[in-house]
Formats: sequence, structure tokens, C-alpha cells
Amino acid sequence: MTLADLETLVYARPASLTEMPTHYCPGCTHGVAHRLIAEVIDEMNLRERTIGVASVGCSVFAYNYFDFDWVQAPHGRAPAMATGVKRVLPDRVVITYQGDGDMASIGMGEVVHAAARGENITVFFINNANYGMTGGQMAPTTLPGQKTTTSPRGRDVETQGYPVRAAELLATLEGASYVVRRSLHDPKNIRLAKKAIRLALETQVRGLGFSMVELLSICPTNWGMTPVQSLKWLEEHMIPYFPLGDYKVHPAVAEIKV
Amino acid sequence: MARELWKGNIAIAEAAVRAGLEAYFGYPITPQTELLEYLSMRMPELGRVFVQAESELGAINMVYGAACTGVRVMTSSSSPGISLMMEGLSYIAGTEVPVVLVDVMRGGPGLGNIAPAQGDYNQIVHGGGHGDYRPIVLAPSSIQEAIDLTMLAFDLAEAYRAIAVVLLDGSLGQMMEPAEMPPMRPLKTTYPDWAVRGAMGRERRVLSSIYLDPPLEEEANLRILRRWVQIEANEVRYKGYYLDDARFVVVGFGTAGRVALSAVRAARAEGIRVGLLRPITVSPFPTKVIRELADQAEGFLVVEMNTGQMLEDVLRAVEGRAPVEFFARVGGVMPLPDEVLDEIKRMATTPLTVDGHPRDRWLQRMLAHA
Repeated sequence: MTLADLETLVYARPASLTEMPTHYCPGCTHGVAHRLIAEVIDEMNLRERTIGVASVGCSVFAYNYFDFDWVQAPHGRAPAMATGVKRVLPDRVVITYQGDGDMASIGMGEVVHAAARGENITVFFINNANYGMTGGQMAPTTLPGQKTTTSPRGRDVETQGYPVRAAELLATLEGASYVVRRSLHDPKNIRLAKKAIRLALETQVRGLGFSMVELLSICPTNWGMTPVQSLKWLEEHMIPYFPLGDYKVHPAVAEIKV
Repeated sequence: MARELWKGNIAIAEAAVRAGLEAYFGYPITPQTELLEYLSMRMPELGRVFVQAESELGAINMVYGAACTGVRVMTSSSSPGISLMMEGLSYIAGTEVPVVLVDVMRGGPGLGNIAPAQGDYNQIVHGGGHGDYRPIVLAPSSIQEAIDLTMLAFDLAEAYRAIAVVLLDGSLGQMMEPAEMPPMRPLKTTYPDWAVRGAMGRERRVLSSIYLDPPLEEEANLRILRRWVQIEANEVRYKGYYLDDARFVVVGFGTAGRVALSAVRAARAEGIRVGLLRPITVSPFPTKVIRELADQAEGFLVVEMNTGQMLEDVLRAVEGRAPVEFFARVGGVMPLPDEVLDEIKRMATTPLTVDGHPRDRWLQRMLAHA
């Protein structure tokens, strides 16, 4: 018996991820979100029939990191582009991967109407409370009082309005079947996030309609904190404003056992 | 197949169906709405895709996504809606996927009105969306031609991985004429090697318009340009009427060309040797034939339903070798054959000049009449 025979592989790169190192900043949770999605796609054996729609923002190059087919949408338009792909190829699994500026600001119209139509696609929504790629500007999800490069004195709700709670908003729509918010700030929540990703894709595979998983995420570089401080800030400041939970679970989705 | 009475917008919709349209995405706007309405019934009955989008932004990006799968796709709109689609059109051009767009032009700028106009010429022919690309633009002047050019638009878009636009004004969209519809073509069963349809048993594919490394973007720009050079060499289309012995050449596209043809015939009846050149492709523009005509003609008259947008392309082709005059009605007002006839008579009886700009002279005449 050799040493290799005694070894048990407990951790490997999912087949749905490419070998390419990501361009994300150290500590960024995009990597965690990518891995969870890839693991679920592997577990459901969907890699060869998944088509991703990348957005504009830090995740603009998501298509470099996932080993399946991708298209790249204009800023905010991923749910419309996904609609076009899905309607032509209804037996494929179509996902979008969008940040908060992309989905909840410039793309609010597209995501709301994709959900209202009950478009059978899955949206992964990364909420890190700012525009990451352009260097930390105020986003629709920036918290009251939060400093960004365009709210240098802190977001003043009198002049700059209030943060958008996207999951709660989309959950009001009949066409949405599975809309939840999870967080990536600790191992327990990461496990819960993975389960939500699984349920979202099960919703689509079973033709049950629109699904969206909001993932609270950190942006240490633009927040000006260490990754550990950022995780703590997420837990202490973001979760109170963006409570974790299931906002819409269609009865048919609730019956799914995974 | 027999000639039947077809309304322009509906004729284009049915022609697209018969060309193998698999997915249509649109949004209501006058004067193109019948196209959307017709396809909302026709596409589902054939088991094909129809979606009424939340906006023209939504529609063009649904078209973008569907085009990436390699099937035949189309959207249609009218001037203000086309403006909203410019972002998506630029991305489509940058991604090099084939798309057919129908623009049933109305009066503008802004909300304008719903009367026929040709004010989108520059926006469609000379870009509109950001970056470096050129669409193929086909300009019918009858319902039959609208049908034939819609069919052609799908073939050209696919052959050159380009945007093909059917550009017409509201009068052609709204009027009815006898026309013959071509037989139904079968849908595609094979897809190009760039189509994104899921990585089943092959390497993954990515369709994108992003080339972050400038030398790669330069390569993409040059690839698109090389294709355009082929389009210019192979796809210029126009129709000439009474040009063989013409002293004067009228140039007009679409409805303006059709009105001008009535005027040309009336002038011929009065003994004036005048002909008409009607560009069918306004992009690529029939520059070469106009340049050749400039060596034999005593003068050109450009007739448009805008303030002289194609006029600049004619001037570029003529290169000052012959006098050029301009006549237009704008803002949704249709030019009348008698008005064009008066211009032809004026040219035949008064000295012409190559100095100054024809648009300025036209504006002065318009103001003098007002």
C-alpha cells in the first residue's frame, strides 16, 4: 500500500471552474461565490448545458473563470440578454451574475421585468454596498452614512436617498418563485448560501420560474478595511439593513428535497 | 404565389417569418406597432419565440442574447425607440453576431410626431451607437421591395456577421399595396461555430465585445472593417430610371425616391431629359455609380425627407464635378411630386453652380416661400 492509496481527496477545483487565477482583490468574496456556483453546477451535472451571462462590474470577467459557455451583457442588461438565450434554448440552464450597481441601479428595469415575466432564469446578485470596479462609488445598496468616493461625508438619505432592498422588492412579483438573501461572511452562512444556490438552480431546472439569490459580500479594497474587518462590518452593519432570509419560496420550490 | 394586398408593417413581419425568423423581441411604438402585433399571433402559432419587452433597451438586449445562439432574430421600432437601442446595437456590432433591425422612421427629433420622415439616416447609416462599425442598410420604396429586402437582410446579416437594417418611413409601414410573398423557408438546423448553445462535448465558447488589451481591440476593429470592405465590394444595390440620356440626375431613397420617380416621369413627359438614381443600399452607399454619373450629368437633385443627410454622401461621391441641388420636406411633411417637378424645371432653366452648399440654397428658397 502506497501513501497515495491512503490519501483521501477532500478538496479539489470544481470541473466548472477553469484553471485561470482570478483578478479579484485579496479577501474579496467573489471567489467564494464563484466556487459555490461551480460546485453546485458540478453536483447537478449541468456544466455542459449551462450558459452564463456576465455583467459589467468587477465580475465582468466571470466568463474567464467558469468552464462553460458565456455571453457578456451591456451594463445592467444581463436579465434581458438571458431572456433572449433562454427563450431560444429553453432546455439550457441560463444564469446571470450581477453586482449591485449593475442589477439594482442601471439594470433595475431589466431584472424587475424578467422576474415579472417569470422568466425561467437564475440571477446571482452580489451585494457589496458599492461600485467595486470603478473604485468604490455609492451604489443603490450603500448604507445610510456609509462613506464612498461619491458620498465622501457618508450617504445622506435626505439628498441621496435610501438603499434598495432588492430581494424584498423582487419577492413581490408573481413571476418570482425563489428569492432569498444569504451572506458570505462566515462558514455557516457560506454553507447556507450554497444550499440556496442549489435551490435556485433546481427551481430553474424544474421550470418553476424566476429565481434570485442575493449574496451579501465584502469589498475590502474600496471599503478601506482588512478582509477580517470587512467580514465583521458586513455582519454588524449590512445584515441589520439587509436581513438574511427567504423572501419568496413558491410552494412547489418548498417541496424540493436536495 | 399570387399577389395579395399587404400592409407594409405586416408584410415585413410575414417576410421575416418566411426568411426563418426564430425569435422576435419588440416594444410598441407608432408607426411600426402592427409589426409587433402581427408577430404576437404569428410566432407562437409556429412554435417560435415572441416576447414583448419592457422597453426598447430590453428588446435589443433580448435580441442580442438570442443572436448569440446562432438563430435568426429581429426587432423593430421607430425613431425614438431606435435611439434607445443604440447601446445594444453597438454591443451586437462589437460581438459580431447577426441581427436584423427594422426602423419605421417618424418625425423628430425628440418625441416629434408619428408622420413619415427620413431623419434617422445619419443615426442608422453613419453609426449612432458608440465605436467603430457600419451596418448594412436597405431602403425599400414599395411593399414588394420591403418584403424582398427583409428576406435579403437576414441573408446578409448572417453572411457578414453584421447588423442589417431595413430602413423605411411611416408611410411605407402604414400603406397597403399588392405584393407577392415568397414561400416559407425551412428553419436552420445547423449553427455557426461561434454560437453559444452550451458546451456539450466541446470546448466552452464566450461571446463578448470586450477587448481590454488595445492591440486585440485593434485587431477586432480591423476584422470588422475587412468584412465591411467585402460588403462594399459585393453588396451595393441601387435602381436607375431613365439614366441613359439624362442631363439631370435625381437621387432619393425610399419614399422620397418614389415621389421623385413620379416627378421624373412628369418631367420626361414635358421633354426634360432627367433620370432617377434610387439607392437600395444606403449603406454601403452607391458612391461609384454616382461618381460615374457626375461625369455625364449637368446637375444632380437630391430629394430627402430630412434636412440633407444623404446629401452629404452624394456630395462626397460627386466631388464637385457637377452642380448639386437639394429639395426636402421635413418634420413629417411629405414632399409632393409637383414640388419635385418644379425643382427639376428650375434646374433645367436656370444656371447651376458648384459653389456654396445646396442645403443653404434650399433653406433660402424655403424661407422665401414661407
